[in-house]
Amino acid sequence: MTTPFPHRDLLSIRDLSPADVIQILDASEAFFEVSRRPVRKVPTLRGKTVINLFYEASTRTRTSFEIAGKRLSADMVNMSVATSSVKKGETLYDTCKTLEAMHPDVVVMRHSASGAPAYVASKLRCGVINAGDGMHAHPTQALLDAFTIRKKLGRLEGLKVAICGDIAHSRVARSNCVLLRKFGCEVNVVGPRTLVSDDFAEAFDVNVFHELRPALEGADVVMCLRIQQERLGEALLPSDREYARTFGVGPAQLAYAKETAIVMHPGPMNRGVEIDPLVADGPQSVVLYQVEAGVAVRMALLYLLASDEAHASARESATR
Amino acid sequence: MAGGLGYGEGVQVLLDESAVGLRWKEVAAEIDDVVERPAVVAIRRGGVALASELVRILGDVDHGSVDIALYRDDAATALPDPKIGPSVIPFDVVGRDIVLVDDVLQTGRSVRAAIDALLDYGRPRRIWLAALVDRGGRELPIAADFVGFVRTVDPKKRLRVESREADAQLHIQVMSR
Repeated sequence: MTTPFPHRDLLSIRDLSPADVIQILDASEAFFEVSRRPVRKVPTLRGKTVINLFYEASTRTRTSFEIAGKRLSADMVNMSVATSSVKKGETLYDTCKTLEAMHPDVVVMRHSASGAPAYVASKLRCGVINAGDGMHAHPTQALLDAFTIRKKLGRLEGLKVAICGDIAHSRVARSNCVLLRKFGCEVNVVGPRTLVSDDFAEAFDVNVFHELRPALEGADVVMCLRIQQERLGEALLPSDREYARTFGVGPAQLAYAKETAIVMHPGPMNRGVEIDPLVADGPQSVVLYQVEAGVAVRMALLYLLASDEAHASARESATR
Repeated sequence: MAGGLGYGEGVQVLLDESAVGLRWKEVAAEIDDVVERPAVVAIRRGGVALASELVRILGDVDHGSVDIALYRDDAATALPDPKIGPSVIPFDVVGRDIVLVDDVLQTGRSVRAAIDALLDYGRPRRIWLAALVDRGGRELPIAADFVGFVRTVDPKKRLRVESREADAQLHIQVMSR
């Protein structure tokens, strides 16, 4: 018999074994197909409630989860800080207890503080999915990137992946590094010294570069990350134009990678800064495929985490 | 897992390869007689081998498969199926006569789920059901139009339909334990 998915929450890629990752990606294939049908809805999670709890601005991730839940027939409820009691001074603990009383089946949470979803998961009986916490982790992004890579290149194992841009502030980079290393990928992270610290090499078992060319040479995947203007002051970057000139990925830089290489970006893109429009819209770009994959992967996760039996079984394996 | 020779204790061959092969050809002939321009849809995963055999006998017919994991009536309460796969319906179902194919018909719940899945692709003219074995034990008012074998089997026993490809032929047998 096949083993059931052994987790109640998805907080970090670190908690997943390679087999868990493969199980999520395989299930995502089924949900990818659902989104391409004439009727893009299945009755699977009828009667289940999923709360989107977003303490940080997000359009695409929140929308992606919302569509994922709706396509599974779950009731999706959006709570955003601007309109919630957090503004009125409620603590995270009290928010948790209030949510609990509404009997949700899954809480999807984004927070600017690293570890906040783990705290909430420890307080709630339902499953919690981390939709991005501070600079710590963004596991669903790493999973949808892995799904995209596997679909486009046919495998995940042993690839050469270059991640370019603002690594220091990026939870996307961290989650991707952890996932890709689990599959024996060679991961090069590259960016200016202010945005990629040398300790990253040891912490994530990856190669650190401060120049594009050696990082991109022979790469199967080129992943560009957004310069997070909101998280950095002028101190770290002299100007967008200078950044684009030294670290922007354009056709000339992409030519260092393999001819078959794919270009990824988690969005939103700063066109002309970290990625040239010719590359963003070029034949190697899989940026919009990533968006489509995101809905499928999030459907798979809601499916795997929302059932009552799944909770019982994950609790059992947690108590050993 | 037992496969080929050397089955574990208590495992019996209920229907051997030649019996299944002959009977399934007859079922195909019945379908060919009764159903005009059939399209064959397997219920994953048990019906896949039988459906492809049917397609081979019927010749050039539209065919596909449905995965019912998302349509099960216990989908939100039971353990999620870790082996869930995509449905593949590469033709327009609207107005068609569709033959659903499954290996073992018991409770009827899989068939109910498969019908719902199929209806999400459009409105067929008629949905038929072909099953290799009807073992009894219905929990929903569902009946097959084409049945290979009717065998009343102890509800505690499990039936397993095994198929293997050899000499460009599909060999299917039914085991019980």
